[in-house]
Amino acid sequence: MSDIANVATGATVVALTNVHKSFGPLKVLDGVTFDVARGDVLCIIGRSGSGKSTALRCIDRFETIDSGEIVVCGRKVHDPALDLRALRQDVGIVFQSYNLFPHLTIEENITLAPTCVKGTSKAEAREQARAALAQVGLSDKIQHYPEQLSGGQQQRAAIARSLAMRPKVMLFDEVTSALDPELTGEVLKVIEGLAADGMTMVMVTHEMGFARSIADRVVFMHRGKVHEHGTAAVLTTPTTPELAQFLGTGL
Amino acid sequence: MGGSLNVNHLAFLANGALWTIGLSLIALVGGGLAGFVVALARISPLRAVRILAAGYVQLIQGTPLLVIMFLTYFGLPPLGITVSPLTAASVSLTVYVGAYLGEIWRGCIESVPKQQWEAAEGLALSRTQRMMRVILPQAVRIATPPTVGFMVQIIKNTSLASVVGFVELARAGQIINNALFEPFLIYLIIAVVYFALCYPVSRLSRRLEASQGRPRLSVETA
Ligand SMILES: Nc1ncnc2c1ncn2[C@@H]1O[C@H](COP(=O)(O)OP(=O)(O)OP(=O)(O)O)[C@@H](O)[C@H]1O
Ligand SMILES: [Mg+2]
Repeated sequence: MSDIANVATGATVVALTNVHKSFGPLKVLDGVTFDVARGDVLCIIGRSGSGKSTALRCIDRFETIDSGEIVVCGRKVHDPALDLRALRQDVGIVFQSYNLFPHLTIEENITLAPTCVKGTSKAEAREQARAALAQVGLSDKIQHYPEQLSGGQQQRAAIARSLAMRPKVMLFDEVTSALDPELTGEVLKVIEGLAADGMTMVMVTHEMGFARSIADRVVFMHRGKVHEHGTAAVLTTPTTPELAQFLGTGL
Repeated sequence: MGGSLNVNHLAFLANGALWTIGLSLIALVGGGLAGFVVALARISPLRAVRILAAGYVQLIQGTPLLVIMFLTYFGLPPLGITVSPLTAASVSLTVYVGAYLGEIWRGCIESVPKQQWEAAEGLALSRTQRMMRVILPQAVRIATPPTVGFMVQIIKNTSLASVVGFVELARAGQIINNALFEPFLIYLIIAVVYFALCYPVSRLSRRLEASQGRPRLSVETA
């Protein structure tokens, strides 16, 4: 309960407490606890299958948890009576596969949710779309269809689409994994810009160099547990042999 | 009528052909509406609705259209509902086509990638908004070629309306043949007319299918 009080004061935006989650017999989250303060960037790293995506998806209730507590922007995510759509207005999520809507232009992709969900007027939503696209450096693509954009551009458009909802926290799940190094760079630059603007972010990433430069906190997940948790310094001087080994092979 | 094939006979056949087209359109519109409901019901979050819709589809797909025609035409009057041949044919085709189109369209809706649902969900769209604004527009594109293709089946199946006495193309041919006793000639004409109706539609379906595989621009995927 003290966590919830904390959230109410605005210091903590995301808090997971002793979260357990299984898919059938497979235990994926085994007592995960971490929190994210307002304006912080938390990077989740770890081997494939360690539960990173699942932890992230639980924050936006794309997965329901078996036990424990998740509080996001003062909302109890684990509560069955949660107002899901209110939660998802506070939380922006960007996936590895961009998932832009192929039948809509970039502008329509971005204005869809604000006009449908928030009742923003068309004109205002268009203005917001222009601003969001400027933020990700895609102003010239506003009337294009997703298939006319490169992977990196699509991913930046997906980020702009999320930003247009003015979320309080952004979740990124390996958003550069499908991109070659050059395109990765342009997406990471956008995320850096968001961090500089004070956006609270949780990102699952395999880009260790990037995590080192941007993360306020790092969570190393191993076998469904938070095996190591600290500042970006743990990426240079890990305290557990598992993280050391992960970094050794991961670099 | 009587004697040899004359212009009156041909006019009669033409009238039948018009009714074949009319019935096909009725079946497409009625069956389309029913199919839309069936497709949505098949993927409803409510289990009972899903089961009901699945039962309907199974039942209709396991029943010959001929039998459905008879059931509507002869089965409803004892219940106090009088039906004309046109009504019986329209209702039967709607019920029949609805089950098939519902099944085709359900497949199309489900073939829209799951990630599209998730992306829309992540943007806080309601279920209805996700369906109407994100999923259905994509499903419609996927559904167009098979739906047009199914139209060919509908056109041919309208010939079964003849069993309840409705005078469409096949029945018109039958009537003329009863007077002229020239089955080969008359049914050849009927066959040619059916072909003339169906061929453009199936050509269109194949064209749509071919053009769908081709993206507007090459997609760059890293
Ligand atoms: N919906 C699901 N049903 C069943 N098993 C699942 C499901 N989602 C994930 N899993 C399993 O849970 C485990 C953890 O998956 P998760 O996606 O969280 O790992 P990850 O750390 O993100 O891995 P990666 O780096 O490969 O993305 C994996 O073994 C995965 O196969
Ligand atoms: Mg993952």
